[in-house]
Formats: sequence, structure tokens, C-alpha cells
Amino acid sequence: MTDHDKTAGRGTPVLQMHKITKTFGNVIANENVSFDLHKGEVIALLGENGAGKTTLMNILFGQYTADHGTVSVFGQRLPAGNPRAALDAGVGMVHQHFTLAGNLTVWENIALGTKGLWGLSMHAAAAKSKIRALSQKFHLDVDPNAKVASLTVGQKQRVEILKALYRDSQILILDEPTAVLTPQETDALFATLREAIALGLSIIFISHKLHEVMAISSRVLVLRHGRLVAERATQDTNRDELARLMVGGDVAQPDIPMRPAGPALLTLNNVSTDQLQDVSLTLHAGQITGLAGVSGNGQSALSDLICGLIAPKSGDLLINGQAPKSWSPRRALSARIGRIPEDRHKTGSIADFDLTENAILETYAQKFAKRGWMNWAGAASHAQHLIDTYDVRCPGPATRIRLLSGGNMQKLILGRVLEEDPQIIIANQPVRGLDIGAVNYVHGRLAAAREAGAAVLLISEDLDEIMKLSDQIHVICEGRLSPAFARGQLDAANLGKWMAGEGGTHAA
Amino acid sequence: MELFDILLSVSFWAAAIRIASPLIFATMGELICERAGVLNLGIEGIMVAGAFAGWISVWAGMPLWFGVAVAMVVGMGFGLLHSILSVPFGLSQHVVGVGITLLATSVTFFTYRVALPEVSSPPKITAFAPVELPILSDIPLIGPALFHQTPLTYAAYVCVALTAWVLYRTPLGLAVRAAGENPSAVAAQGLSVTAIRMGAVIVGSGFMAVGGAFLTMSAFDSFFFEMVGGRGWICIALVVFGAWRPGKALFGAVLFAAFDALQIRLQQTGIGAAIPYQLFLMMPYILSILALVLMSRRAEVPAALMVPFSKGER
Repeated sequence: MTDHDKTAGRGTPVLQMHKITKTFGNVIANENVSFDLHKGEVIALLGENGAGKTTLMNILFGQYTADHGTVSVFGQRLPAGNPRAALDAGVGMVHQHFTLAGNLTVWENIALGTKGLWGLSMHAAAAKSKIRALSQKFHLDVDPNAKVASLTVGQKQRVEILKALYRDSQILILDEPTAVLTPQETDALFATLREAIALGLSIIFISHKLHEVMAISSRVLVLRHGRLVAERATQDTNRDELARLMVGGDVAQPDIPMRPAGPALLTLNNVSTDQLQDVSLTLHAGQITGLAGVSGNGQSALSDLICGLIAPKSGDLLINGQAPKSWSPRRALSARIGRIPEDRHKTGSIADFDLTENAILETYAQKFAKRGWMNWAGAASHAQHLIDTYDVRCPGPATRIRLLSGGNMQKLILGRVLEEDPQIIIANQPVRGLDIGAVNYVHGRLAAAREAGAAVLLISEDLDEIMKLSDQIHVICEGRLSPAFARGQLDAANLGKWMAGEGGTHAA
Repeated sequence: MELFDILLSVSFWAAAIRIASPLIFATMGELICERAGVLNLGIEGIMVAGAFAGWISVWAGMPLWFGVAVAMVVGMGFGLLHSILSVPFGLSQHVVGVGITLLATSVTFFTYRVALPEVSSPPKITAFAPVELPILSDIPLIGPALFHQTPLTYAAYVCVALTAWVLYRTPLGLAVRAAGENPSAVAAQGLSVTAIRMGAVIVGSGFMAVGGAFLTMSAFDSFFFEMVGGRGWICIALVVFGAWRPGKALFGAVLFAAFDALQIRLQQTGIGAAIPYQLFLMMPYILSILALVLMSRRAEVPAALMVPFSKGER
């Protein structure tokens, strides 16, 4: 039976993408992709980073023009490259990176562009009451008069969804909507989406998180290297099969058993800074300590503190049980603290420097300079050593790092840190945006550093990652740290409560 | 106390409003550009071109209001050029702006020489005369100061009200403010960031040119090259001073003008005789810098100011 026969009884598809092909230079982003979306259905679009999911949706939404292929909504063909046409046809997109103006209020963001530009009034009262009605109907609680800049990430996403609903969109596209949410917020989002389906909307849900795909979708489309490689009814498949389809083969996940705590290498006792309150934390040799939390809750302040960029205002910081006389980046370096920065593009590397220069960014003065002259030969052989040891796929050390994929870039940064044999490793979002192969590689290397006796602080927004790797787990929320939990002591839902700042209410 | 005598005199406040008028036009023009996300450093040159265009039209026999319209159209022309370079082409707004200032100033100089090859001193026109508004001008002190002015000053009041109303009360203004804060928010709602930004720069440049025309057609009755004399740059500062809000920017313009009017009068007092007059000339600028420091610390800069936008890039 062909796909066509299966869907024949369900009337005209609300959305049809037909043989879409899109290339950027030599890179094929989408090749001959076709699918239908029916009324009241949730399609999950599954694929690794770079598989072509976002490109495909940007073509649907008119941000890109496809080289070949057509898009039809309710049987009408959309003109290519016109976002307005998609909006008017009833397609609403909730972007991964929010498209909101922070200095405007919620209602202004939602009403923007919905009335003719030359009108004499904004009909504020009518707009606000429509927004309030929609908020109630879909359980999207948000104050129409609030400034967007003052909202939390979860609230901003509600505004994004309201923007689509306000235009009476019949088709909602959500691009990685849960990446920035706590588990509770994710549950609330799913409740809203189920509400929408019940009212006859149709949804395309883009994700690479398998359990969410299994939870919300009725059909799964798997994209790999720009091609549609599989289509499954959700009830007929499982996470293992989807993972194999997504990666294109079996994935050996490193098994990382828990380890007992070694001596305390770094201890914080009731430390407060401008952004941290009363933080107590111990990093033990031979253990990975996970730090869960929604980003922006003090993670970067904590990692700056440990790396010596900021000093404690009150409380004690102990290295190997001793309080250092003063705390500075130089002290932190001499305590052998290594850092994998949060953003490998912005703070981890210099895009237009080559691999050699990037490999020695942190050590050039000590190791690769003599009497004020650079030792480029030594630097290049060091870079080649990192490339060989850490499996960085690249043409050679003279390549500009900009041209590397995220995974290879991260491998070089990882090597740069680990090669200095650090005692303490601060890994801030080390696998964000990497494909599964690179994720497993980075995790394996961090685990190996732990076996060798280092203490690792793993900062991540991804609870699965935290729960898989960590020997002990802290949750950070608004600059406060939860007590330490052993791996497995709390499930995702309970960790989520701590992430939302509600964990201590009954535990403490 | 000569200072209090000055501050309580009608003629002082009338002069302040007169000096403020060209600043008000040009500041509103700049504010509109910056609210849409484009810094328009062409302002100084556009004011020169506007001053000349309005004046020469009237000298050639056109009615006064026609001269104002010509100035506005000339300003919009330079605005169009600026916006093409800075918006769809996304060139550096600093370089484009300074280029427009140099171009507009030079073209004006060239046209002046071609149009008036023989004159040694520029001819005079019959400029706008003050018109007393009935009833309003009877209010003590502020009445004659605010409402015994030329029609072009009244137009400046209207310009502020119009700018504020459009920015905060109409869908168009909402789109302009959003374009200066997060252009992708505008694009995602199906609007054209390019069109909105270009439109704002063109209209804003038109207002700047009218500000220039005020100098030749209302404040004075002739055209000199030095007459704009840095007023455009002052307006850039006034936009920051006003925290990108029309009402506050208006206040800033009047404040600056009042300092300017005050220093002229102080020169003629007893203190004035003792102190070199150059110190008085510096006064409005020094006080403006102080006020700027105090006022603009909490200002919210449009987040996408000077950030070019291009959709569909990867």
C-alpha cells in the first residue's frame, strides 16, 4: 500500500510540500522532500542538526526560495519567497530564536502587522481582549500589557504561539520549541498543543528529542542529510528505531557508570556574589558534577567564579582544602582549572584564525613564545597533535576554524583544554548543537578525564545529558543552588521543580 | 539680579523657542530614522541643502510654503540615497551618513555658485513673519513666547505632535519601533523591514531639510554657508538626550536653545564685560553635555540601531 492510499480517506491535506530541493552553494540542504499534513494531525520532523529541518520550514514559510518543488496550503499553491503569503494562508511559525521586539509590549508584538499599516488607530482594546480570550482558551497565561523584555523564556514562547493563534492560523510550525523550557513548561506546552489539535489545528513539531516526538506526534518524518529517509506512524515505532533512522546506523552510547567521590578539589562554602546567593558546592576528584537549570539563572556567574574572573563577596572558596590568598584568573590557572566555554563560536574560538592559532590561544605566551618571538613551528606541531589525538576532521592546521563543523570545532577546543591535563574541568554546554556522534565522543572524553582523576563540572540545560553523566547533581535557579543529589535520586519531573524554583518548598 | 530679569523676560523665551525650532524639526527627523534602526549622519548636510533649496526657491519667485515643500523634497531625495546605501545594501551607516553630509554640502555649494555667479553677498528674501495666534498669545509670559512666532515654528509644534502620534498610536509607528528593536520580528509578521526602514529615513530626512529651511526662511532671510554650523550634530545628541522619545527630545531642544539665548544676553551684562565672550559661546554645549550625562544614563537604545538586516541569509 502506498502512502497515498493510506491518506486517501482523510480529505485534502491542509499542507502539501512537493519535491522540495534547496542547495546553498555546493551544500544540499533539502533534496526531493515531499510530505502531506492533514487536519488535526501532529507531524514530527526529526533529524540531527544540519539534516535540513529548519531549511525546509523556512521554505514553507517563505524565508527561503526553493530551487525546485512547490508548497500548497488548503490546495492553493503558495508563491515562493513570500512570508506574507504563508501567513495569510493560515500558516503560523514559532521560531526557535524568538522574533519579538523587547521594547514593545506583549499585545503590540502580537498585533504588529495584523492591521493595515496606514490605519489611524491600533484598536488596542479589541486586540487585548482577543489576546485575553485566546490566552484562556489555550491556557497561555501572559499579561498583554507586559513589556516583552521583562518576560521569562517560557512566557516569551507563549507570546510567539499567541502571535500565530491571533492570526487564526490553522497550521502551527514549532521549531525546537522545548530547547529552552523546563520539563514543567514543556508539559504545559504539550497541553496547549493538544488543545489546539482538538480544535482542528494541524501541527508540525520539529525536534531531535525522541521522547518528546513519541509523546506528542501522530506521525514521524525522519530527515537525514537533507533527504526524507523514513516515515512512521508513531504508534508503530519506538525510540531505538527512530534513533537509528536519524543517525543512519547503530549508535553506541558510552555507558558511564557512577563513581565514588575522591578528595574534594574545589569547595565553595556559602559563597555569594552579585548574581549568586549562598552557593555551596564541592567538586570531587574522579566525579562529574552536573549543574542543571534554565540558562541565565547564574550558570555563567558560577563558572566565572570558579575560573577566577569574579571573586566571592562573602563565603569561602577552597582549593584542595586550602583558601587561596586571593582569587584571580591566574590563580585559577595555576590551580589547573580548564574551561570549555559556553559558546564555541563567540568565546571559544576566533572564527577567522586558523586551527594552529586557535589551538594555542590560551597557552601561547607560556608555551609557544621565546624572548618575545612566536614559535610557530612548535605551535603547528601542537595543533597537528590535537588534530590527530582528538579526531578533528579537517584539511590541516592551517585551515580557518570557521570552515569546520560544530563537532570538529568542539573537538579542537576539548583537546586544547584536556591536553593541559586539568585538575578541574568546567564544561559549559559542551554538546549543544552537536550531532549524536560528536556528542558521544565529547561525553566519552569527559568520562575519561574523570577516570584519570579530574573533577568535572558539567553545566547543561539538557536534563537527559545531566542525568546520564553526572555522579552528583545540583540545580541552579535565580542564583541559588539546590543541595547535591546523587544520580537517580530525583527524576526529571522533580529536577524540573527545582529548575522552576519550586523544589525547596517541601524538601527544605 | 540680572539673571532673573533675563529668565523672566518674554523676549528671552521667545528667542529660545525661535532658536529651538530648526532643532525640533531636525531632531524629530533623526529620531524617526533611529527608531527604525538607521543612524542618519547625513543630517548636517541635509540641513544645509534644505536651507539653500527653500531660500533659492523663494528668491526665484516661488511662494514661501512652496519653498518649504522644495526643501522637504530635496531632503527626501538625499534620504532616498542614504536609505538605498544603508538599508538594502547594508553599508556602514557611519560612512554613508558622513558621505551624504559631504555630498549634500558640496552640491549645495556648487549649485549656489552656478545659480549666483556674480554676487558677493547673498540676496535677501521676504521671510516668514511672526503671526500672533488669537487667545493663546494672551496667556501671560508663555503666551507671547510660544504663540507670537512665525508659522514655521507652529509647524515645528505640529511636527512633534505628529511624530509622537504616529510612533505610539498607529500600526505604522509600531512597525517602525519594532524595526529598530528586532527586525526579524517585523519580517516574521510578513512586513518588509527594507520598506519600513527606507520610508523612515526618507521622511526623517525631509524633516531635517525643513529644519535647515527654517534658518533661511524664518530665523534669517538669507543664505550663508556656515549658517547650519553644527546644529545637525547637536540634534544627534538631542535624540540621545531625549531617550528616543519625541516629548523628551522636544524638551532637550528647548533647553539647549534657552542656554544659547541666555549666553547671548549674559554677554551684555556686567559679568559679560569681565569674562571673554568665547566662554559664553561654550556654555550651551557644556551644559548640554552635562544634561546628556545626567539624562541618558537609563535610556533604552533601539536594540537594532545600526544593525543591517538581510533575510534568508545563512
